[in-house]
Amino acid sequence: MTRINWFYYAAPARFYGLAGKLVPWCAAAAVVLGLWGLWIGLVVAPTDFQQRDSYRIIFIHVPASWMSMVLYVAMAFWSAIGLIFNARLAAMLAQAIAPTGALMTFLSLWTGALWGKPTWGTWWVWDARLTSELLLLFLYIGYMSLRAAIDDERRADRASAVLAIVGVVNVPIIYFSVQWWNTLHQGASVSVSKAPTMAAIMLQGMLVMALAMWAYAFAVVFARVRLIIREREQGAAWVRELRPAGALP
Amino acid sequence: MTPYWASVSDFLAMGGYGLYVWGSFGVTALALAMELAALRARRRQLEDEA
Amino acid sequence: MTAWAVFLRDLRLAQRRRADTLAAAIFFVIVASLFPLALGADPAWLRRLGPGVVWVAALLASMLSMPRLFADDAVDGTLEQMLLSPTPLPLIVLAKVGAHWLASGLLLSLAAPVLALQYGLDGPAIGMLVLTLLLGTPVLSLVGAIGAALTVGVRGAAVLLSLLVLPLVTPVLIFGAGAVEAVAGGMDSGGHFSLLGAILVAAAFLAPWAAAAALRISLD
Repeated sequence: MTRINWFYYAAPARFYGLAGKLVPWCAAAAVVLGLWGLWIGLVVAPTDFQQRDSYRIIFIHVPASWMSMVLYVAMAFWSAIGLIFNARLAAMLAQAIAPTGALMTFLSLWTGALWGKPTWGTWWVWDARLTSELLLLFLYIGYMSLRAAIDDERRADRASAVLAIVGVVNVPIIYFSVQWWNTLHQGASVSVSKAPTMAAIMLQGMLVMALAMWAYAFAVVFARVRLIIREREQGAAWVRELRPAGALP
Repeated sequence: MTPYWASVSDFLAMGGYGLYVWGSFGVTALALAMELAALRARRRQLEDEA
Repeated sequence: MTAWAVFLRDLRLAQRRRADTLAAAIFFVIVASLFPLALGADPAWLRRLGPGVVWVAALLASMLSMPRLFADDAVDGTLEQMLLSPTPLPLIVLAKVGAHWLASGLLLSLAAPVLALQYGLDGPAIGMLVLTLLLGTPVLSLVGAIGAALTVGVRGAAVLLSLLVLPLVTPVLIFGAGAVEAVAGGMDSGGHFSLLGAILVAAAFLAPWAAAAALRISLD
């Protein structure tokens, strides 16, 4: 059996090509899954007994929340790989993930607020999960601010990598402390993100939307990392030979 | 897989919660569109400089 | 240079630059005094606010004083010497953080009773406030050191440092203020207190490593 070269695609040039092939597929999957998920969530699924039709917001809120956390862990993972193996591409991937992760966090907060208003009467509730999401947004913003403040790209890579790793270690502690704080101050009854007891169709809709978000995130992150590669590898011969092309949705 | 709604106007009203539901889905669509537009603009800037 | 030598040096420098040290403490007092002006001075209301306000003020004052942990040494080349020294860098970081805390966090903890009286807190609550600050401000200095190391020589480092560190230290705020509120309400604060202690131990072990790694990244 031939040895697998795990680092074959670690060269930015090679990954550029691979990502370019993957973007259209991920984009197509996102569109198909998204339309299917929206069909289920907005058109087919019945209303909820307690929350009436406002519950349909979970079809965005829950997938966005999941993605915000998954993307942060992915960002920290690639940051760590970049530090350990001194791999530029891994750092570029982390760099590419951050804006999408921040966006997902924002959507989680926005939809959480819009869900909280009809359900609990206020635009913002200091619900444990929403508060943790807010802090996660600050962590994303901190990561991007640090990158932006440092001019040297490699120093920016490594510094933001340390920050991401410190952050990911901290996230469970933050979540735990916020949970603690919330149960003391408000009682467990106020929970915006508690989904109604799920009929099978609702669960299906949520999972399809989650997959759609995942596909979207892959497409966008791969497209962005291709741009980052081109921006940062400008001196390289292979970049100069590129025609203005590249898959973008 | 038959629609839950009796009519399109029912669908848009979302049982009275239209503001919240469409406010959520609408802003999401807008945000994703903005992200894609930003990527496109970044690519254009890259190609203009090259 | 040994860690002990670094510790003594930093203490001596802090003593010479007393103005900087006191400025953070004065900021602490000013910020805590602003809240009643903005929120009203009803005694019962203030008694409820007190622990949280003093804790937030301590957080902000700590953030203000963090940049000077590495900034001066970076400018005059001492920091590079520290990186080259045979003494393990995390140990040097720990020494610097220790000296920094003695000149900042400790001062805040000792000044806190005055503010607590302004908010009408009673004896046990004041005691718990000082205790939680004594446990919590070192954590602020330790995690703040990571932020300071990451932002050495960067434009707008002071604000950026706060941006990076404040979300990370929210657990300290929650458990610290929570313990004082528990005591003020006549409840048990043991849980908060133990968690605060656990966080301090974890931070004391892990933060110096992260800060040392960040220093090498910033200076190489």
